[in-house]
Amino acid sequence: MAGRWSYSPAPESTEIASVRDTYGLFIGGEFVEPLSGDYLKTINPATEEVLSAIPIAGDQDIDRAVAAARKAFAKWSRLDPSQRAKYLFRIARVIQERSRELAVLESMNGGKPIKESRDVDVPLVAAHFFYHAGWADKLEYAFPGHEAKPLGVAGQVIPWNFPLLMLAWKIAPALATGNTVVLKPAETTPLTALTFAEICLQADLPPGVVNIVTGAGPTGAALVRHPDVDKVAFTGSTEVGKEIQKAIAGTSKKLTLELGGKAANVIFDDAPLDQAVEGIVNGIFFNQGHVCCAGSRLLVQESIATRLIDKLKRRLSTLRLGDPLDKNTDIGAINSRDQLEKIRRLVGIGVEEGAELYQAECDIPERGFWFPPTVFTGVSQSHRIAQEEIFGPVLSVMTFRTPEEAVEKANNTPYGLSAGVWTEKGSRILWMADRLRAGVVWANTFNRFDPGSPFGGYKESGFGREGGRHGLESYVSLEPSR
Amino acid sequence: MATVEALPLEIVDRIGGAVDQVGAEERAASLSRRSIKKDSKLWALDLAIRCCDLTTLEGSDSPGKVRQLASKAIRPAPGDPSIPHVAALCVYPNLVPTAAEALRGSGVKVASVATGFPSGQMPLELRLEEIERASDAGADEIDIVISRGLFLAGDERSVFDEVASSKKAAGEAHVKAILETGELGSYDRIRRAALVAMAAGADTIKTSTGKVSPASTLPAALVMTEAIRDFEEYGGRAVGLKVAGGIRTAKDAIRYLVIVHETLGDDWLTPDRFRIGASSLLNDLLMQIDFQRNGFYSDPDRYTLD
Repeated sequence: MAGRWSYSPAPESTEIASVRDTYGLFIGGEFVEPLSGDYLKTINPATEEVLSAIPIAGDQDIDRAVAAARKAFAKWSRLDPSQRAKYLFRIARVIQERSRELAVLESMNGGKPIKESRDVDVPLVAAHFFYHAGWADKLEYAFPGHEAKPLGVAGQVIPWNFPLLMLAWKIAPALATGNTVVLKPAETTPLTALTFAEICLQADLPPGVVNIVTGAGPTGAALVRHPDVDKVAFTGSTEVGKEIQKAIAGTSKKLTLELGGKAANVIFDDAPLDQAVEGIVNGIFFNQGHVCCAGSRLLVQESIATRLIDKLKRRLSTLRLGDPLDKNTDIGAINSRDQLEKIRRLVGIGVEEGAELYQAECDIPERGFWFPPTVFTGVSQSHRIAQEEIFGPVLSVMTFRTPEEAVEKANNTPYGLSAGVWTEKGSRILWMADRLRAGVVWANTFNRFDPGSPFGGYKESGFGREGGRHGLESYVSLEPSR
Repeated sequence: MATVEALPLEIVDRIGGAVDQVGAEERAASLSRRSIKKDSKLWALDLAIRCCDLTTLEGSDSPGKVRQLASKAIRPAPGDPSIPHVAALCVYPNLVPTAAEALRGSGVKVASVATGFPSGQMPLELRLEEIERASDAGADEIDIVISRGLFLAGDERSVFDEVASSKKAAGEAHVKAILETGELGSYDRIRRAALVAMAAGADTIKTSTGKVSPASTLPAALVMTEAIRDFEEYGGRAVGLKVAGGIRTAKDAIRYLVIVHETLGDDWLTPDRFRIGASSLLNDLLMQIDFQRNGFYSDPDRYTLD
């Protein structure tokens, strides 16, 4: 007779990550108390325990930070590019050395499973710094015939879903091209950014080149509006992105926005189904679906829909939800109470609209913020759950009959960040990729990232690219070489 | 063992399906990173012993060697009654009578390779006769090889017919069909060969002979478990999996158990449906059990060679 095999808990030790009771703002190469005098508490979303008190930077603090960045810019921008590369390589190496600590902190503060922070987030962070360190003294080859000049002080605001990775996406290209930065991490996930500040000190980065200011929405708003900020880079919701665009309209600030998405993951009838199921799971349940490029709309060819959904449901039953620090956890905690409420509200709307709800059976821990993997079948294009970004582990399934219909449905969204195509036919992949209006099109995979590959959106998913040569362009002004 | 009827070969086309190499290898790698600790590890180590086909397939095998291994198969750790016996002892046909006598009444099955193992390059009549002889001599289980040459030449019909004839020749004995995945060249073909063998009536499908490199790999086993799952859905019959070749450590064995567990579920975590063919794995399993219980490793010489 067969027995039942349940894995014993395998928690990653938290001893390696030291969290201070309180942090300062990182300005001009040192941690300083906020002039505002205000602090907010940051918690562990899996337990609701308070981890630390984080300063809320007010207008005066932003002034100080921007001034420090401006002061540092004079020297940093004229530094021999190979010296800038040296600092970036150093930072990349320290990140690798402290990778376990960073992974634990990321999971404690953000709720994502340790296997993701350990195997995806932190390695990509280091890769991003290595990649951009390589460009620092080769910009003339990135832009032949041009001289690439830094813009000045970059004000950068990042989201809570990939706290350290988004920091890397913002800071690495800015520094490689000779800019200095003031970065504001998300309100709920400041800890790895503050640890990154320590890493800057460890790498001997000149004071003021990187400044980290913490706080909530008003802090971010003050930063992007600051008159001495030359470049604004924002990753977050489309709503806030639009506000930023309005706020800085008419100024000379350069802007890049990486916003929401409602990606279509298109499965053709000849696709490798078991791998497609993995791709669907990775597309929407990776990081609890807190991914702007998540494959939240599944478009499946009608002839295989039943079979694929059966396989998907079966796979869902093996997903392990729970303690983010357990090495076997597949689905961690929802990042915040607000986000959990938003997911619940939209799922409620999906049920009211008449879509059929399926949720994997799993034990939900008593404390913390959790949402089970959820699949809606029988979804129509006109349903809100097919149109609006839920930013949670919720998949909306629709069917199509012909490739033309798949393209029409995939493109019928205000967004355009990413898409996935699953088929064994190479020519069809290319045909689809030509027609899908999305910044990234994955073929027989999903949610793959590489620092060399530009990432960004169409339409309401934003503009500008991050990563690759295209990403550098957002941080320079190009003048014909003399 | 209930008699198994072959399903028409057409079911293979009906189930069909492609395998993406990158995706399959990624999934196998991700499952291999499961962290199995404490009670769940002890449970897995015990299961791995119960699923073990203790194997000797050497030209130098003798009746004496087989009798020694039989005693190890029955009592892997002589002083410790909590350690179960292995599933089977796997030998060449010549040594089946010796093994049968040594294992009588112990609960350990006699398994014999047959059909011109490992290459299978012998006339069909001789291969079938070899199966019959092994079965008559007392083998409970027969590990046959499929004709990779025919399969790679596209003659699935002949492969199907041969496996079906082998099953018939084996009579009551349990038939494990070895695909020799290392010679098939792609996961698509591993999946296809698995489906053909299952349709033809194989009770278990097995990765490798252990005589060809690469032998068993995690992605190949994953693709086979997925084929088994799909075959059950379409054909209504649960087929077993045997992995063999190069599995030497408890860690390797547990990785295969995780793949079976997360693809096929708890129903396959039994010697009736899962086997590990190995010659040197057993002692590492015993050593890891002692480590889990005592917190330290014992001297390797505390574990008997055979």
